Amino acid sequence: MAEFKDSAHLIRLAGVFLLGLVLFLVLRAALIPRSFGRYGPFRGDALAEISARPVAFAGHEVCENCHPDEAALKASGAHKTVKCESCHGPLAKHADDPGTVQPVLPEVAKLCLRCHSKNIAKPAGFPQTEANGSKPCDTCHKPHSPGLKPEGKK
Amino acid sequence: MTLNRRQILLLLPAAAIAWDYVLADNPNGSPNYKMSEHWWGMLIDITKCIGCGSCVRACEMENDVPEGYFRTWIERYHVSDWHIETPEVDSPNGGKEGFLPGKAEGGKNFFVPKMCNHCVDSPCSQVCPVGATFHTPDGVVLVDYDYCLGCRYCIQACPYGCRFFHPKKHTADKCTLCYHRITKGMTTACCEACPTGARQLADLKNPNDPIHSFLKTHSVQVLKPHLATGSKLFYNGLDGSVR
Repeated sequence: MAEFKDSAHLIRLAGVFLLGLVLFLVLRAALIPRSFGRYGPFRGDALAEISARPVAFAGHEVCENCHPDEAALKASGAHKTVKCESCHGPLAKHADDPGTVQPVLPEVAKLCLRCHSKNIAKPAGFPQTEANGSKPCDTCHKPHSPGLKPEGKK
Repeated sequence: MTLNRRQILLLLPAAAIAWDYVLADNPNGSPNYKMSEHWWGMLIDITKCIGCGSCVRACEMENDVPEGYFRTWIERYHVSDWHIETPEVDSPNGGKEGFLPGKAEGGKNFFVPKMCNHCVDSPCSQVCPVGATFHTPDGVVLVDYDYCLGCRYCIQACPYGCRFFHPKKHTADKCTLCYHRITKGMTTACCEACPTGARQLADLKNPNDPIHSFLKTHSVQVLKPHLATGSKLFYNGLDGSVR
């Protein structure tokens, strides 16, 4: 068998490939973020960035911790499915620091009509009104338990 | 190196534990949250929606959604008695300030709240040229705002119109299913604000979630099922005219 003499060019070729491989690995390490692929084919740190956003709505469980009377009153009436911040607005800041951040009471005249203004597309059983504006709703209906008290019990 | 049967039997459970550890990783922001234990979706009960716009306002306040853009919005449908294929739909300012009373001229009228469907096979993530839109292991479709080039391809691809181009960030933007809230054990802002319980966040992997009993007893539907997007936004009482 004839001896293979000109092996030098093969070694050089291998060298070029090796250089290419090293370059590829260096570029890859430099360009691809560390967290890429931690949870899947995306940058894992993006999850932490998105979930780091501060919350605005504290959640009704937090409200009920400090305001059990209102919660109990609300649970007994027709507004039991309405959560606190549905009317009072986002109050996570108040929940974090109740002393300094005081919530503003919602404007009743607009508030009730948000849900209870008459609209043809609302479910038929939902209580709707064509407000005449003569008296604010909360003269008779108390927002936390809006049912009218029986006569003689006022 | 050769492995005998005994060694393989020992290795398999070790590999299973290791794989579980990989899956159970949690985003740095929320230490007690395990992504592998959740699979998020949402239940929307059209029969309960009153079109008050609380969800739209809550979403805007929670997520700093720019004025005139919506991560969630409400549509009002009017389906006439004789032409159910062409409903009249209106959504003034996304339904944020509610709706005008509407005309009583027969047919049927109802509200349809809409938002990102968090599809399992989402068209938006398939078209993204840089992989900026991705699926989290707990079933939420998110945008990596650092990766997004703002090419708007995903905005065209979403068959539900749920994406928009953020005027300040100059990236695509959409509902995150309040990922910053659900990873802390809270519900989404829209569900928290909904006065009638028409929206309910659902964890399909949690056997105690009320969604399971609801799905057993109700006929729910997703939007555009023929597109096979694997939507996880389940609508109860969805009319066939809804697009």
